[in-house]
Amino acid sequence: MPPSISLADNPPPAAPRAPDSSATRAPRNPSRQRFTVLPGFGLSLGFTLFYLTLIVLIPLSATFLKTFTMTWDAFWTSVTAPRVVASLQLSFGASLVAAIVNTVFGLVVAWVLVRYRFPGKRLIDALVDLPFALPTAVAGIALTALFAGNGWIGRYLEPLGIKVAFTPLGVVVALTFIGLPFVVRTVQPVLEDVEQELEEAAASLGANRLQTFQRVILPAILPALLTGFALSFARATGEYGSVVFISGNMPMVSEIAPLMIYSKLEQYDYAGATAVAVVMLVISFGLLLLINLLQAWTRRHQSGVRAALAPEAPATGKEF
Amino acid sequence: MAGAVAGRLGGQANAQAHHRFDATGEAPWVRYTLITVAVLFLTLFLFVPLASVFYEALRKGVQTYWEALIEPDALAAIQLTLTVAAIAVPLNVVFGVAAAWAIAKFDFRGKNLLITLIDLPFSVSPVISGLVYVLLFGAQGWLGPWLEAHDIKIMFAVPGIVLATIFVTFPFVARELIPLMQAQGSEEEEAAIVLGASGWQTFRHITLPNIRWGLLYGVILCNARAMGEFGAVSVVSGHIRGLTNTMPLHVEILYNEYNFAAAFAVASLLTLLALVTLGIKTLVEFRARKETEEAAPERPLASLQGQAS
Repeated sequence: MPPSISLADNPPPAAPRAPDSSATRAPRNPSRQRFTVLPGFGLSLGFTLFYLTLIVLIPLSATFLKTFTMTWDAFWTSVTAPRVVASLQLSFGASLVAAIVNTVFGLVVAWVLVRYRFPGKRLIDALVDLPFALPTAVAGIALTALFAGNGWIGRYLEPLGIKVAFTPLGVVVALTFIGLPFVVRTVQPVLEDVEQELEEAAASLGANRLQTFQRVILPAILPALLTGFALSFARATGEYGSVVFISGNMPMVSEIAPLMIYSKLEQYDYAGATAVAVVMLVISFGLLLLINLLQAWTRRHQSGVRAALAPEAPATGKEF
Repeated sequence: MAGAVAGRLGGQANAQAHHRFDATGEAPWVRYTLITVAVLFLTLFLFVPLASVFYEALRKGVQTYWEALIEPDALAAIQLTLTVAAIAVPLNVVFGVAAAWAIAKFDFRGKNLLITLIDLPFSVSPVISGLVYVLLFGAQGWLGPWLEAHDIKIMFAVPGIVLATIFVTFPFVARELIPLMQAQGSEEEEAAIVLGASGWQTFRHITLPNIRWGLLYGVILCNARAMGEFGAVSVVSGHIRGLTNTMPLHVEILYNEYNFAAAFAVASLLTLLALVTLGIKTLVEFRARKETEEAAPERPLASLQGQAS
């Protein structure tokens, strides 16, 4: 990739001359597919790479470099310590449960918002994003107050023998709150795009509603559903703010992996903290890769469906 | 007559779709069960927590609420939060616009890799976002000894909080603008350039008006996250009261001191910020939809002209 390398070497200083330089560079660049008269390629890409490197890439690679200063044995010992293993198990286990809960209920919410009309629908549609916008510490103390033994919800659960606050169940509750918008917001637009003609065809061919859902609608929204699940799961694994309040943070029981990193840092065990962080980073980068593949699949799926329907539905014309 | 009918149908697009759907629609009991399940789930996980913040904040009266907000440590926390956001958000806006311009208007190799890298901070735990800066600038970090020798404080000081906040809110504006600018294409900008406008003129008069709603939402979301960030800031701040305490950290301290009314009072300010953010988002989506509808009749013409030339 010759253009980006040369630009990365001289970022913002090239600013004033950027329009000319990009215009003259364009025809010489074989990797560019089309000629464009637009200026600012050098300036914008140069600044993007400069800022990305400074803020994200250098600090993140410092973390990986830090683990190389440890011996493999030291790394392995700190990662396989029982307390660390328990915290990783809790973080990923609770995230999995929360993501499954969100997938089931998120699908129901998305379905209801797309297909039905009922009072308060606009309000619900607007408030689904609340967990994105609400600071996690606020979510944490609000959920703890609700689910504690004397809270609005906790006082009804306690007599039934269900303790939520200060148990692993509380971790699941907090992670469910945090991941709530993901499935709804990934499934909703895809569900809106499902061609009603397909469902009518299924019905006219004798399928009942459940069969139509299983055979026609579910395959169409499955990639989006999985993407939402993966996003919700990935977000939950790293979550800290909302969980620390409700979990009670008991070692081996309700201590999550990010808290493990935090307490190791407070004890100035930088190497130990970094070791746990690297395990989490590797897993979340794997998840990111999976999410990208899923999203590519979603797009292919959607365009495939559109292409198949194109002859009958020319009116959608969003070709360019 | 036909126009009136079309208008009515357009206005009730949903109702009409629903009506047409009845042949393939669900039985009423299924419909009502699903609506009930969805509403109950959201009530339990969204509305009740939201209401409880304001209930707990005002439980001991308006006087206590007000005193919790004007207490010096709370004011210092509010001021620091505003300062951090005032630095972090503009930087990420400049980056977001630059990244979206490069990615949406030009073709280059490695574009998908670049988009993935921009998304990276999303998938990193907030605690790790703080940790990376501790490893870089902390006393035992790579640059720690050098910084100490030159008497520059980054960790457990405001610069560290700003850096951690920038990292956490890094992708928001870019992620909002990239798909928007990709969808809009660059015909209008190219026309402006060909007609003799300079790069900045084109950006100011063509691109900026086109992306203003998406940009506004990106800025407001980035701002909400910057002001509300807890995990990353908690790692780098050192929790020095009145000096390096942001609003979310102040909430934590008050809560851990069992001063619940004050904790929820400060939390209620952050909740209001979140609600305003969602309000602006709804408004932006409404405006964007309206503008698409207004622009829609021109679309077929434009495409016809495109084919003719």
